[in-house]
Amino acid sequence: MGRRLILTGNDAAAEAMRQIDPDVVAAFPITPQTELMHKFAEHVADGDVKAEFVLVESEHSAMSATVGAAAAGARAMTATSANGLALMWEIVYIAASYRLPIVMPVVNRALSGPINIHCDHSDTMGCRDTGWIQLYSENAQEVYDNVIQAVRIAETPDVLLPVMVTFDGFILSHTAEVLDGLEDNVVKKWVGEYKPKYSLLDTDQPMTFGPLDLQDYYFEHKRQQVEAMRNARAAVKEVGKLFDELSGRSYDMLEAYRLDDAELVIMALGSTAGTTKVVIDELRAEGTAAGLLKIRCFRPFPELEIAESLKNAKAVAVLDRSVSFGAPGGPVHKEIRAALFGSSGVGLVNYIYGLGGRDVSMDHIRSVFKDLETIAVKGTPTDNIRFLGLRE
Amino acid sequence: MREKAWTEIPIGGAIEEAGNAETYETGSWRTYRPIWNEETCIHCLRCWVACPDSSILVAEAKMTGIDYEHCKGCGICAFECPVDPKSIEMKLETDVDKS
Repeated sequence: MGRRLILTGNDAAAEAMRQIDPDVVAAFPITPQTELMHKFAEHVADGDVKAEFVLVESEHSAMSATVGAAAAGARAMTATSANGLALMWEIVYIAASYRLPIVMPVVNRALSGPINIHCDHSDTMGCRDTGWIQLYSENAQEVYDNVIQAVRIAETPDVLLPVMVTFDGFILSHTAEVLDGLEDNVVKKWVGEYKPKYSLLDTDQPMTFGPLDLQDYYFEHKRQQVEAMRNARAAVKEVGKLFDELSGRSYDMLEAYRLDDAELVIMALGSTAGTTKVVIDELRAEGTAAGLLKIRCFRPFPELEIAESLKNAKAVAVLDRSVSFGAPGGPVHKEIRAALFGSSGVGLVNYIYGLGGRDVSMDHIRSVFKDLETIAVKGTPTDNIRFLGLRE
Repeated sequence: MREKAWTEIPIGGAIEEAGNAETYETGSWRTYRPIWNEETCIHCLRCWVACPDSSILVAEAKMTGIDYEHCKGCGICAFECPVDPKSIEMKLETDVDKS
């Protein structure tokens, strides 16, 4: 009953959106997201979807229109990249604070400046404290699957938080891959009809969204968001299981690849996880106990599962495709270091890599595993924050 | 009114009850207080029309006073008052308190 498709990452996201057919989509173009909305706009023009397609004058407006639509009770989506996400920033927080289950593909691209259109994770990593759930995708199949799952995760009654589905700009967004698609009616039935908790258009229950919230209640509303993000852990896992029953493709917060007996482990998210898997297969053939622990869900962060998954590792390298300036390492590394706090003396090292789309090759990944051989013996090095693929 | 715990309130800051701004006292925000002079007031009710916080009290088509529990002291009433000299004047809360 599946459909074998050849799609770019952008087209895979647009295909998922076509099948979800949200009530409202607001869009503003930005490289490398532009083709995603081009494709969706085609579906609108061809009458394939019933969605109200709102063309706005900026990303700030795109997120504002999406928030407005969601508050009105619509299933609403938008998509963006890098500087577009930065321009949305104010409203990105508001979407999460108002507990609106918006789904937004974000095609990862480096933030300016200097201006750069290629992949890194500085855009979505900067959003890690906005209160959005974040799913990172390794390939076009995961882009498609994550967008569909995101709807159910976001709309889980004890969650009601917006979800970003991220995928690497150009590396995934503009390269075609073979993937398995679901039938239209299957997706439609699985995501189901959206029943909003609140609707501004519900005249039987007149209500207010976004009132002033001062010293008396703002703190309590933030505590509710903390709880929703905790509940999201179970939702991500449960929706992943249900999606497995639907498609035969299983999803969790983490994905382990040849990890069980691995001594040398790379942690990565996005397309680099795929590159790492290929290198691991080669190293395994050469007798090296290499493995991968991929983070699919960065928010909420699966710290307990990570500590458990790494308990047999001797050395771990965390690959960060963004910088946290002035901080002890990249954003992913910092959280993994915190997750491993108090754990046995596993050697931990951080590699900042691939900024602005700098290519990460199999040789780079191989060199990281080579470093891990030493770290497995000597423990965490003093120069534990390193740069991979940088001209020194 | 007892302030509620995070488990007892609607999520997202939503207000499920219509018209409950009446129970939320905003008068303490005021810097300037409108002082109404009943002697010179012509009861044109321009202040009542213009007040953004429904704080002009009216009974039987005549102004009866100002609701200081909700008036935020914006001064629109005094600005709109057509009487010369005006029958609504804005005075610093700190000065009013002293008097």
